[in-house]
Amino acid sequence: MMLSDRRPILLANARIVDPSRDFDIRGDLLIADGIVREAKKGIGAAGVPEGTEVVDCRGMIVAPGLIDMRAFIGEPGAGHRETLASASQAAAAGGVTTIICQPDTSPAIDDPATVDFVLRRARDTAIVHVHPMAALTKGLEGMEMTEIGLLKAAGAVAFTDGEKSVTNAQVMRRALTYARDFDALIVHHTEDPNLVGDGVMNEGEFAARLGLLGIPKAAETVMLERDLRLVALTGGRYHAASVTCAESLEVLRRAKDSGLAVTASASINHATLNEIDIGPYRTFLKVAPPLRAEEDRKALVAALGAGLVDVIMSDHNPQDVETKRLPFAEAAPGAIGLETMLTAGLRLVHSGELDLVTLLRAMSTRPAELLGLPGGTLKNGAPADVIVIDPDMPWLLDPAELKSKCKNTPFDEARLQGRVLRTIVAGRTVYEYL
Amino acid sequence: MNIAPKSSFVLNRPHLLGIEGLSREEIFGLLDLAEEFVALNRQIEKKRTSLRGRTQINLFFEASTRTQSSFELAGKRLGADVMNMSVGASAMRKGETLVDTAITLNAMHPDILVVRHHASGAVELLANKVDCSVINAGDGAHEHPTQALLDALTIRRNKGAIEGLTVAICGDIMHSRVARSNIILLNALGARVRVVAPSTLLPAGIERFGVEVARDMREGLAGADIVMMLRLQRERMNGSYVPSVSEYFHYFGLDEKKLAYAKPDALVMHPGPMNRGVEIDTIVADGAQSLIREQVEMGVAVRMAVLEALSRNLPNA
Repeated sequence: MMLSDRRPILLANARIVDPSRDFDIRGDLLIADGIVREAKKGIGAAGVPEGTEVVDCRGMIVAPGLIDMRAFIGEPGAGHRETLASASQAAAAGGVTTIICQPDTSPAIDDPATVDFVLRRARDTAIVHVHPMAALTKGLEGMEMTEIGLLKAAGAVAFTDGEKSVTNAQVMRRALTYARDFDALIVHHTEDPNLVGDGVMNEGEFAARLGLLGIPKAAETVMLERDLRLVALTGGRYHAASVTCAESLEVLRRAKDSGLAVTASASINHATLNEIDIGPYRTFLKVAPPLRAEEDRKALVAALGAGLVDVIMSDHNPQDVETKRLPFAEAAPGAIGLETMLTAGLRLVHSGELDLVTLLRAMSTRPAELLGLPGGTLKNGAPADVIVIDPDMPWLLDPAELKSKCKNTPFDEARLQGRVLRTIVAGRTVYEYL
Repeated sequence: MNIAPKSSFVLNRPHLLGIEGLSREEIFGLLDLAEEFVALNRQIEKKRTSLRGRTQINLFFEASTRTQSSFELAGKRLGADVMNMSVGASAMRKGETLVDTAITLNAMHPDILVVRHHASGAVELLANKVDCSVINAGDGAHEHPTQALLDALTIRRNKGAIEGLTVAICGDIMHSRVARSNIILLNALGARVRVVAPSTLLPAGIERFGVEVARDMREGLAGADIVMMLRLQRERMNGSYVPSVSEYFHYFGLDEKKLAYAKPDALVMHPGPMNRGVEIDTIVADGAQSLIREQVEMGVAVRMAVLEALSRNLPNA
């Protein structure tokens, strides 16, 4: 823990953006006793409690801490790649105050004892909040559903098989039906493994030029279509873990229009990069689902702007030299993102593709609402998970400076604009850019 | 006796990783240099000394007889010390990665590495980790530049020029590095390129490669000057790409009847090794219109040209 002191903090003269209530003012925000006391003009001038740390935030943005709805952490089982501690350091540096970790660990998070282990481990070692999603099926094998009720009671915030799709429609149907009784959210990776086959990147001209086998967009839409039919059948609460292409957005739109309890995430990678960024076989840009065409990226950002896609997540997936310094087809998919999610998202704001409030809503308020978490807001009395952002600071990403144990960032040596200056979790400053 | 070649062409790059990115001048430079080696290779005294003192390692992660022996002979005729290393998939499974192998070999100070690998992009990955020249002898379904060059040389010697010819490339385009390198090279030299295959063996986006696409042999071979057949791996039958060998041969195998759809003086090529009775009929493969044996001869000459042109660029050359 960086700073253990819990003095009140006044973030003065900031642009305060609270996407939970379309609140965007210039003023001060007072934090005390781990909660947001008040956000308005002139708190500082009226006098603050003795011992308050006053931070001049002129030109800076103050926003709710980010809630990253999809991060793969190596604990338990692959601590050499990432621990809850190292992930939380990375998160803090990226303005993420809550990590939602995925269950594809070793062992998988598929029983209440493992949920408990993760929560205790996070409490003892992590500097941000951590909530696990639990496995939807035992051992992530797609055959038998897990103890959804007990897992939820133990603290699992949603149910997912991580990067795996449940191919058996009957299993999915039963899980959706059963989960509904517990108001549990099912989060599903929509990629039909048979249609993915040996494919390693988006199917099309660029895959053909690189001599790489393609993954058709239909691998995603076929699975998503199936799921949404099952949601209509069962009335369950469903969240598409990572939509990537224009066709999926159409499918999603139809489901939302018909009133189903359906929401979706897009990864920061798919919102800011496309298949051409793979260039000369850059394995750090191999992700699952694969990066798509520029038209798909644009459609995805437009869907975020329109609220059709609800959430932007990092899809943080640490991979080391052993799994990445390989020929493209043999490399593991995945890119780290906790530390760069916000900065990369600001690219969309700077380019005028997305407004700041929508970006922050998709990274904080919406995930909080979907998962039933208290953050994602700066209302009086809300937990003091707050970040201070310099939206314009230019910087060059040096992988050596990343806090994550793995350095597989697609923004390797990228020129970036905007960064997190301070991250406050439950009223404590856990990160400061100095 | 050591007669210096007339051509003083230098390939102004450290590696030959693909046809993509080569200019017409570079392609012609290599073909002209190769012509000189064709003549040399037909003499009794075939030895040159331009690579004397140089070490060439043929690093093959995928089994190959003809390409590896062709490169070996090419290097030896130019005076290099040639070492062959065949790294089977099993050795890689012992844990040493491609990059580790590259770093290990690099420490032995080779001058030229000739690399074949089953994964697209693997040769480029390796080239980034070594100090010597790297020649791509085939990477996955990506490129096989010396094959395309030897095909071009064979065509040019038999047809006089490549510009304006119609070349039909037939078969498993999707998995073929030979097809990709040939499409790029033949387009660069102004040929009209057509690909002929069942739709399951055509990669998505192929129409953006500047080729005409045909799904049957009658249409695909009509007016063709060159019919280039590709090998069909038998594994493709299991992957639901085509239903059976006999159906494939029936529709896409080159026999005398289908060859008759092409121009009367059309010539037949195949990169080898052939699956007789799968993609090509024996009568056609061994017939008067076949250039298949000449392709093998041109292979040595082209590889000598590539080695020579790259070596002129090596330090202390």
